[in-house]
Amino acid sequence: MVAFWILAPLMVASALGMLFARKAVHAALLLAVVMISLAVLYLVQDAPFLFAIQIIVYTGAILMLFLFVVMLVGVDASDSVVETIRGHRVFSILVGLAFGLTLVLGVAQVSFGTVIGLDDANSQGNVPAIAEILFTKYVFAFEVTSALLITAALGAMVLAHRERLTPKVTQAALAAQRMKDYAEKGTHLGPLPPPGVFARHNSVDTPALLPDGTAAEASISRVLAARGTVKSVPEIAAEVDELDTPDTPRGEGN
Amino acid sequence: MDTTPFIVLSAILFTIGGIGVLTRRNAIVVFMCVELMLNASNLALITFSRANGNLEGQIAAFFVMVVAAAEVVVGLAIIMTIFRTRRSASVDDASLLKY
Amino acid sequence: MVNLEALHDVPVVGSVPTDGAFSLLWLVIALPALGAAILLLGGRRTDKWGHLLGTAMAVGSFVISLILFFTLLGKDADDRQVTQHLWNWFTAGSYSVNFDLLYDQLSAVFLLLITGVGSLIHVYSIGYMEHDERRRRFFGYLNLFVASMLVLVLAADYVGVFLGWEGVGLASYLLIGFWQQKPSAAAAAKKAFVINRVGDIGLSLGTALIFITFGSTSFAVVSAASSHASDGALTGIGLLLLLAACGKSAQFPLQTWLLDAMEGPTPVSALIHAATMVTAGVYLIVRSNFIFSLTEDARTAVIVIGTITLLMGAIIGCAKDDIKKALAGSTMSQIGYMVLAAGLGPAGYAFAIFHLLTHGFFKANMFLGAGSVMHGMNDDVNMRHYGALQKAMPITFATFATGYLAILGIPPFAGFWSKDKIIETAFADNTLVGLCALIGAGVTAFYMTRLMLMTFVGTKRWEKDVHPHESPKVMTYPLIALAALSALGGLLTLGGWIGDWLEPVTGHAEHHELPFGMAPIVMSLIILLVVAAGVAVAWQLVGQREVPREAPEKVSIFTRAARADLYGDAFNDEVIIKPGAAGIRGLTVFDRVVVDGAAEGTATAFASMSARFRLLQNGFVRSYALALLAGAALVIFALLAVNFG
Repeated sequence: MVAFWILAPLMVASALGMLFARKAVHAALLLAVVMISLAVLYLVQDAPFLFAIQIIVYTGAILMLFLFVVMLVGVDASDSVVETIRGHRVFSILVGLAFGLTLVLGVAQVSFGTVIGLDDANSQGNVPAIAEILFTKYVFAFEVTSALLITAALGAMVLAHRERLTPKVTQAALAAQRMKDYAEKGTHLGPLPPPGVFARHNSVDTPALLPDGTAAEASISRVLAARGTVKSVPEIAAEVDELDTPDTPRGEGN
Repeated sequence: MDTTPFIVLSAILFTIGGIGVLTRRNAIVVFMCVELMLNASNLALITFSRANGNLEGQIAAFFVMVVAAAEVVVGLAIIMTIFRTRRSASVDDASLLKY
Repeated sequence: MVNLEALHDVPVVGSVPTDGAFSLLWLVIALPALGAAILLLGGRRTDKWGHLLGTAMAVGSFVISLILFFTLLGKDADDRQVTQHLWNWFTAGSYSVNFDLLYDQLSAVFLLLITGVGSLIHVYSIGYMEHDERRRRFFGYLNLFVASMLVLVLAADYVGVFLGWEGVGLASYLLIGFWQQKPSAAAAAKKAFVINRVGDIGLSLGTALIFITFGSTSFAVVSAASSHASDGALTGIGLLLLLAACGKSAQFPLQTWLLDAMEGPTPVSALIHAATMVTAGVYLIVRSNFIFSLTEDARTAVIVIGTITLLMGAIIGCAKDDIKKALAGSTMSQIGYMVLAAGLGPAGYAFAIFHLLTHGFFKANMFLGAGSVMHGMNDDVNMRHYGALQKAMPITFATFATGYLAILGIPPFAGFWSKDKIIETAFADNTLVGLCALIGAGVTAFYMTRLMLMTFVGTKRWEKDVHPHESPKVMTYPLIALAALSALGGLLTLGGWIGDWLEPVTGHAEHHELPFGMAPIVMSLIILLVVAAGVAVAWQLVGQREVPREAPEKVSIFTRAARADLYGDAFNDEVIIKPGAAGIRGLTVFDRVVVDGAAEGTATAFASMSARFRLLQNGFVRSYALALLAGAALVIFALLAVNFG
C-alpha cells in the first residue's frame, strides 16, 4: 500500500494537470506519468504481465503515436481557454462532479469482502496462467482481436492515404522545367547554395555569405526564416571578428 | 491490502478523464482523456481480479488494451485527415452535422 | 290475412315447359341482341348494311313473335303460360336465380307491341337517319334497346326484369344522348340516367324485399306465396315497385326527365319514350298484380300518383310550343292514365294494358308524324313556325289526324275504347279520381287540338328557306301502318276479348257499378261532351286567332308554370340538388377544417416541436458527450438508489 499512497496523489495531480495543460505535449507527458504509475500499481497487484504490456504498448507505442500526431499537427498549437458553447463548461463540471461523487460514494459504501489474492492463480507464474486462459477460454475473442487490429491498420492506411490528383512529375519533366525557367526568368540552373560556411554550432541557421559580405537568402530553409531563428549577417560578422582575435578566451574553447 | 482505495482511485481518474473529454477542445487531448478513462477502468479490472482471486479481470484488461490500441490508430488517422482538410484539430470545428 | 285470401284469389304464374314452336322463344331476344352485338362490335365494316341488318333483326323478331302468338292462341286457356328454362344464372346458398323466360298472355301482347312497333320504327329510321354519319351505331342502339325490352317483359324472375330494366335504361341513355355533340342532349341523357337510377333503387330494393319475404324472386314462387305474406311486407314491396315504375314511366315525382329526353332523335322518342320503355312501369305493376291485388295501401298510392301525373302531363302539354315536348307531356299524361288503371286492381289491369297498346300505336304514330314534320321543316321543332302544313304533307297530316282522333277518344278510334274504360272504372272506384280523369280527357282534347291547329292549319309561319315536303316512302309507310293500328286498335276489345285474354294473368275482375247508376253509354256521352268542350276551347283560343311567331311573354301565372314543366325541375333543384350541394359544401368545409385541420394540426404541432428540439442537435460532439455522461450518471444513481434505497 505504500506504493499506492505515494503514486495515487501523483496520478490524480497529473490527471488534473491534463485538464489544465494548454499544450498538447504537456498533456501527453502528464498522461505518460499516469500510465507508468498505473503500471507500477499493476505490478503491486500481482499483474506483472500487464505491467509489461502497459509500459510497452501504452507508454511505448500509443503515447509515442500521440506524440507523433502532436508533432504533425503542430507542437505550438495550444488550446484557447475560452469556452464557445454557452454554459457547457459549467454543466460539464457539474455533471462530471456529480458522476464522480456518486461513483466514489457508492463504491465507498460497498464492502468488497475479503481479498482472496492471486497467489493461487499465479502459482505457476503469472504469464503461463494468463496464457492458459487466453488460449483456451478466450481463444476465439483473441483471434477476433487479430482481425480487429488488421482492420484498424487498414483503416488507418486508407484514412491517411492521399489520392494523387495530378500525374507524377518525372525527372525529365523537372529538368525541362528548370531549363525553361532559366530561359524565361533567368533562374539559376544549379543547386541552391549550401548554408553555414561560417557556422559555429548550428550550420543550418547560418546563411552563406556572398563575396560582398551579404547573406545569401537562398542558402537557408524558408521554415527557419519564418520562425525567425536565422542568424543575421552582423551577428555572424561579430562572431567572425571575435574569432579573428586569437587572445580571446572564448575562442580557445572552440 | 484493501481494494477500496484502488477502486476509488479508478473512479476519480475516470471522472477526471470524462471531464477532460467534455471540456477540452483539442481533439488529441480529448483522445488522451479517453485513454485515461480506459486506463482507469483497467485499474478497476485488475483490482477486482486480485480481489476475486482469478485472472479473468486481467484478461479483460488485456483486451481493453488491444481494443484501445486499435481505436487510437483509427482515431488518430481520422484526426489527421480532418486536420489536413480543415487545418484545425478542434472538435468544435467538426460540427457540420447538425439541425 | 285469412280475409284477404278469401277476398282476393290472386292468379298464380304457371310454368308449362316449352315445346314445339315455343322453343323458339329465346330467339326473340337473341336476334336483336345479335344485331346489336354485330353492329356495335363490327365497327365501320358494317356501316354500309348495318341499318338493313338491324331492321331485319327486328322484323325477324316480330315474325317469331307472331308465330308464338298464334301458337298461344291455339292452346287451351289453362296452358297459355309457358316457361322456357335457359340456364341457371347464379346460385348463392339456397337462393338460386334461373334465366327463365315466361311467355304468357301478358308478355305475348308486349312482344307484339315491342317487336311490331319496333320494326316499324326501324324501317322509319332508315329514312329518318339517312344523312346521319352514325346511322349504323343508331341501329345498334335500337337493337340493344329492343333486346333489353324483350328481356324485361319475358323474364320470369324479378332479377331478370332488373337486367332488362337496366338494359333499357342504358339504351335510353345512349339514344337520348345520341347527338352527343349537343350539350343539351348530353345533359338530357345524363338527367334521364340519374333520375332513372332513383327508380332503379326502388326496383333493386323491392327485389331484395321480395327475396327476404318469399326467399325467391321468381314470379311462380312469389305469386304462389304472396297471399301468405304479411300486409306490411306486401305494402313495402308495392311502394318500392311503384317507385321503380315512377322512375321508368316518368310519373310524379320523377317525371322531369321525360321532357328533356326529347333531345334524342324522333324515332327514339316514338319507340322508347312513348310506346315501349316508359310503359315498363305499367308492365311492372300489372305483372306484380299478385302483390298489388293484396295491398290496398300501395294501390291507393298508385292511383294518386297516376292521377297527379295525368293532370300534370296534360297541363304541361298545353303550354309547350316544342311539338315533341307537347307530345312528351301527352305521353306523361297517358301513362298516368295507365298507372291509374293499374292502381284500380284487377278491374283496371286489363284496361291499363289495353290503353298501353293503343297508346303505343297512336303515340308512336304521332311522334313519327312529328318527326316527319321536322324532317320537312329542317329539324325545327317550334310549332309557332309551322302552320298550314296539311297541303304540303298530306300523308303525314292524314296519319297524324288518325292519331289525334285516337288520343281524343273519338269513336271508333282506338283511344275511345281504352280511355273510356279507364275513366269508367275510375268513376266506379272513386268519384274524385274519376272526375280528375275526366278533366284530363278534356285537357287532352285542348292541347292536342292546339297542336293540330298550330301545325297543320292556319297561316304559314315558316322560317325562310324552308320548303316543306312530304317524307320518303320508307317513312310514310310506317306512318300509315301505325295510323291503321290507331284506327283499328279498338277491335282488340271486341266482345271484351282483351279482358278475357288477360284474365288468367291479372285475375278476375268483379263488376263495378258506376255512380248514380249511370249506364256506360251515358258515361261515354259525358266523356265525349267534355272532349268536345276541350276541342271547342282550343278552336276559340288558337284556331280563331293569329298565332304569334314568338311565344307571348305576358301570360298568366298558370301558363308560365306549365311552360316551366309545373316547376318539376325547380322543385328538384330546391329540394334535392341545393340541399345536397349545400351538404357537400358543408362536408368539404368539415373535411378541410376539421379532418385536415386535425391531421395537419398534428403535423404542424410536431413540426414546431421538432423545430425547437432539433436545436439540441448542435453538431458539437462535446454536447452529445455531456448528455451521455449525464445519462450514465443517472443510471449509476438509479442503480445505487435501488440497491441502497
